[in-house]
Amino acid sequence: MTNSQGKPIPVPTLETAPYWEGCRQHQLRIQRCNDCGQYQFFPRLYCSKCFGERVDWVNATGRASVVSFTVVRRPVSPAYANEVPYVVALVRLEEGPQMMTNIIGCAPEEVKIGMIVEVVFDDWTETISIPKFRPAETVP
Amino acid sequence: MKNRVAIVGVADTEVGVVPQYSATQLYVRAARLALADAGITKDQVDGLITCASWAEPYLYHAEMIAEYMQIFPRYCMGAPAGGGTTLAMMHHAASAIVTGICHTVLVTMADSQVSGLSRDKAVEIMATAGHPQFERPYGPPIPAFYALLARAHEHAYGTTAEQRAAVAVACRKHASLNPAAQMRQPITIDDVLASRMIADPLHLLDCSLVSDGGAAFIMTSAERARDFKQKPVYLLGVGEGHSHEHVSQALSLTTSAAKESGERAFAMAGLQPSDVDVAELYDCFTPVVIIELEDLGFCPKGEGGRFVEGGRIEIGGELPVNTHGGLLSHCHPGHPGSMFAITEAVRQLRGSCGARQVPGAKIALVHGQGGIMSTHCTAIFGSEPI
Ligand SMILES: [Zn+2]
Repeated sequence: MTNSQGKPIPVPTLETAPYWEGCRQHQLRIQRCNDCGQYQFFPRLYCSKCFGERVDWVNATGRASVVSFTVVRRPVSPAYANEVPYVVALVRLEEGPQMMTNIIGCAPEEVKIGMIVEVVFDDWTETISIPKFRPAETVP
Repeated sequence: MKNRVAIVGVADTEVGVVPQYSATQLYVRAARLALADAGITKDQVDGLITCASWAEPYLYHAEMIAEYMQIFPRYCMGAPAGGGTTLAMMHHAASAIVTGICHTVLVTMADSQVSGLSRDKAVEIMATAGHPQFERPYGPPIPAFYALLARAHEHAYGTTAEQRAAVAVACRKHASLNPAAQMRQPITIDDVLASRMIADPLHLLDCSLVSDGGAAFIMTSAERARDFKQKPVYLLGVGEGHSHEHVSQALSLTTSAAKESGERAFAMAGLQPSDVDVAELYDCFTPVVIIELEDLGFCPKGEGGRFVEGGRIEIGGELPVNTHGGLLSHCHPGHPGSMFAITEAVRQLRGSCGARQVPGAKIALVHGQGGIMSTHCTAIFGSEPI
C-alpha cells in the first residue's frame, strides 16, 4: 500500500460510494443514462444531458487518451514532496467523460497529448484506491 | 443598465507586503479612501458589498464590515469567492441601483495573504479549489490547473513560452511606471524563461503574486453621479459567462466563457473590441491573458500568442493591457484582484494615471475570471455616456 499520509484521502459520499467501491475492486466505474445513452463522470443523480433519472453504474474500459498534462515541480503540500516531478493530466475515457489523474509508469518527458493510457489503481487505504493511468501496453 | 450607473469614487490601499494593517482594517481603509475620493461621508452609502477574507473570515462578512464602520445599509451582500465573482459584484451593485434597491453602493474588498496568513498558507488554501475526491488526490497546485490550459493552447495553436512571457514583460513594464506596484524591476522575456519551472510549461514569472492589499469603489446612478466631486465614469456594458467549476469538467480547455461574457458586454454597450482604448484583463497566469484576448474578440481564436508579441499590449501599443501592472506585477491579494483592475480603469478614464496614462483613453474594458477559467465577467466603462 502506498503511503498516503498527509494527502487528501477521498471521503466517499452517498453519491460517490459506488465509484469508490469500484476503485476498491480495481474497476473504473462511470455512469450511463438508460434514456439517451450518455456516459458521465463526475457521478450525478440525473443524466446531465437529458436530465433523465435512469442512470446506472457501468464499468469503463479503463482506456483513455491524454487531453493535456503538466509536470508539477513544486509539490502542492509536503505530503507530495517525495513525488516531484509528477504528472497531473486530464484524460478522456474511451466512453467520452474527462477526468483528472496522474500519469505514472513512464518518465514525465515521455507524456504527450493524444497518448493512449490505461487505468491502474494505487491503493491508499484498505478502502480507497486511486485510479491513475500509465501508457497502454497494446494499441488497439 | 447602459449609461445608467457610474463610478464616482475609487481607492487602493497600500499593496504588496502591508503588515501594518489587518485584513479587516484594509477593507475599511480602502472604503475610507474611496469615500474621500468621492467626496461623501459613510452615512451617504446605503448599499455595501464585500468579498470574504481568508485571513480574517466571518460568516456574514459584509454585515461585519457594516458593523465595524457603523453604517446601516438597505442592501448588504458578502460574496464568497474571488476572481470573476469579484467583478460580478460590480454587476450586482449596478443592478441594485438600477432596480432602486439602493442609491449609492460601496464595494470594498481586501485581504492579507502575506502578513495575515503567510505565502505558504495562502497557496495551501488556494489548492483546495480542486475537487476533494476527483482532483485533489492527484496533487495539483493552482499553477498546475492553469498549466493544463496553457499546454492545451500550445498544442492546439502553437502558442509559445516566449509569447506567454511577453504578457509578464508588459505587466512588469507597466508596474515599473506605477509607484504603487509590488514588483517594479523591469524584466525581459529571457528572465521569464530562465525563472524556475513551477508546473510545465509555466515558469515562476508566468505566475501572479501573493499580496496584501485592498481596493474600493463607490457606484451610484448616472443622475446622482453629477453631484459628486469626481468626473463620473459610466458603465456602458456588462456581461457574465459561467461554464464549470472544476477544470476537469470544462468542456473546452482553450475557449472560455469569456466569449459569452464579452459578447454580452459588447452587445449592451453597442461597441466592438476595436473601440476599446485600454483593457484590464485577469492575469493570474500569463496564458489566461492570451485566451481572454481571443475570447473577448480582440483577435481570432488561436492568434492570442501572436497578438501579445512586439509590444502590442504595452502602453504605446495597439491595445495597452493591465496598465497598473496587473496581478502579475501590481499585486494579487486573492479575492480583490479584479478590484484593482476597476480602480485602474476608472483612473485611466479620468486621465489621472501620470506616467502610465494611455493618452486620450475614453473606453476601458475590464475582465475578471474566477475558479479555473470557470466564471467570467466583462465590463466596459466610458468617460462619457454613449
Ligand atoms: Zn440522458
